[in-house]
Amino acid sequence: MELIQQLINGVSLGSIYALIALGYTMVYGIVKLINFAHGDVFMVGSFVGFYSITVLDLSFVPALLISMTVCALFGVLIERIAYKPLRNATRIAALITAIGVSLLIEYGFIYVRGAQPEAYPNDVLPTDKFNIFGVSINSQSILIFGVAVVLMIILQIIVHKTKIGKAMRAVSFDADAAKLMGINVDNTISATFAIGSALAGAAGVIFGIYYIKIEPLMGVLPGLKAFVAAVLGGIGIIPGAMVGGLLLGVIEALVSAAGYSLWRDAVAFVVLILILIFMPQGLFGKNKKEKV
Amino acid sequence: MKKKKLAGAFLSLTLAAGVLAGCSGSGSSEKSSGDGDTIKIGVNLELSGGVASYGQSIAEGLELATAEINKEGIDGKKIKLIKVDNKSEASEATSGAIKLTSQDQVAAIVGAATSTNSIAQVQIAQDNKVPVISPSGTSPEITFSKDKLNDYIFRTSFIDPFQGTVAANFATKEIKAKSAAIYIDSSSDYSKGLAAAFKEQFEKNGGKIVAEEAYIAKDTDFRSTLTRLKSAKPDFIFLPGYYEEAGLIVKQARETGLDVPFMGGDGWDSPKLVEIAGPKALNNTFITNHYSSGDPDEKIQNFVSAFKAKYKDKSPDAFNALGYDTGYFLADAIKRAGSADSEKIKEALEKTKDLELVTGTFTLDEKHNPIKSATILEFKEGKQVFNTKINP
Repeated sequence: MELIQQLINGVSLGSIYALIALGYTMVYGIVKLINFAHGDVFMVGSFVGFYSITVLDLSFVPALLISMTVCALFGVLIERIAYKPLRNATRIAALITAIGVSLLIEYGFIYVRGAQPEAYPNDVLPTDKFNIFGVSINSQSILIFGVAVVLMIILQIIVHKTKIGKAMRAVSFDADAAKLMGINVDNTISATFAIGSALAGAAGVIFGIYYIKIEPLMGVLPGLKAFVAAVLGGIGIIPGAMVGGLLLGVIEALVSAAGYSLWRDAVAFVVLILILIFMPQGLFGKNKKEKV
Repeated sequence: MKKKKLAGAFLSLTLAAGVLAGCSGSGSSEKSSGDGDTIKIGVNLELSGGVASYGQSIAEGLELATAEINKEGIDGKKIKLIKVDNKSEASEATSGAIKLTSQDQVAAIVGAATSTNSIAQVQIAQDNKVPVISPSGTSPEITFSKDKLNDYIFRTSFIDPFQGTVAANFATKEIKAKSAAIYIDSSSDYSKGLAAAFKEQFEKNGGKIVAEEAYIAKDTDFRSTLTRLKSAKPDFIFLPGYYEEAGLIVKQARETGLDVPFMGGDGWDSPKLVEIAGPKALNNTFITNHYSSGDPDEKIQNFVSAFKAKYKDKSPDAFNALGYDTGYFLADAIKRAGSADSEKIKEALEKTKDLELVTGTFTLDEKHNPIKSATILEFKEGKQVFNTKINP
């Protein structure tokens, strides 16, 4: 019974990782950039949700939508200001810029509002406990998992059934050819950032409700873990990010369950190292030969 | 280059001469303490900076005590407080202590609020043979470091590990717990110290520690470890951390169905704890603290009403009480010393015995730590309610 409970703990944590990992993977898939500022978009989303709930007195769904919208705009802004001028620069230049943007957001945020943590109100979502065969399930974890699944399904529909999704897939396949075919590459990239950031915003609100405490540096560790999840699933591959996130959450829960809770963060990065050594393409990736 | 060096040496010489001149001007031959009818007491507190609220609270309590003592005076003499602000920084605390001992020639120093800033004064106090009383520094290192007693240093608060001992006694005697689990913040010495003391005492009382787990400050997800703790089926969980993580842990524990009593130390004492955990999850949790304004004891209620009369109906917190007690602790020693001489005050402080104060009746042990009772507070719907007092 304890094992089932631990799996539920892991899946709840993993669905948050998965939502953040999706943004990493989509952006990487289309511009080959690890957007290290993504964890901070998650943080901003969490705070937007917090202020929507406490100051504007909104309930969960409107707060989630506001946070997703604000983060989508924020993501596009970051892309237009920081990354677009570097589109044809070396990849290392873009990567370093991403780290710079990340630090700018974190410490700019601290400068504006201070570093003190906030606590999400306790009554945003009902917290009923179900007991099924001795396994205690919190209604929040079910709702959170549900929201994550719904968002992922919507994402799949956008990518596979809409025109913008088709454009995204085309640009990620070959940006130059897509441009020749009349696809507006800049807008497509912006749309990718918007969708990825909106998902991070949603993850931020969910995180706040589930873990209560939020603070300006909260995005750093989940951001890195989500990056691991994205690599685990195969970076650039959307289903890979979902599976990678859930898997990482479950691995962490099991490590704690085995009594090694202090090793939990270390294990996540050991997974990253092992994946990079033995399966650099990730679980879902195809082994592509580099063209010379 | 050479010229510059020479100029520097000359400058420092003149400065040193100036300081010396200053000393001989005001100091005269007799060391310490005031003219005829006043006794000068230095106050070196965090009046601004990061932990200003601690320092200001202590100062309020101390001022109230001084005003009361001065109504009668000590053998006809009145206490005069000379305050310096150490800005919550160790270097400022050291220079404050230098100023108080050399320039103001105080009989004793009260301060600082934090352990770090108290330790910063130790050397100065030892060299100048001026007693220092730290009202709220709880680290054992302040009075006893490197296997050596700092014989001029005293404190009013109990030390960190003591809270662990008290919590263990509370668990055995009041909760009737047979088994307990310990969940510590492995990045904090405070947490480890409390946990070690708890373990020792709880096992001495015949209890069994069934699980020991750890987290690191800033962690947010504790559910997996809590599920593991739940399967160990402890009667009681000791959680000696700070309020941010403690709040999250208690909340997540209740969600995992872990409904046993939790207990922490004064690190839990913050309004943020209630915000994070929610009032409901906090039911059936306890903390040890220096004192409670809800304690029905007459001495405490007298202090609470005197404090409210002076500070616009503000209810005194633990730091106010410790500041107040420090004033009486010192006044008692000066009275028994029969003089305002620093050395005699130090000897009298060491002999403090069964002194009745607001934060407990206390006797000093050989390491200059007071042996006194601790107060247990229980959370009821988010409010701290006085539960009981536990003697060591």
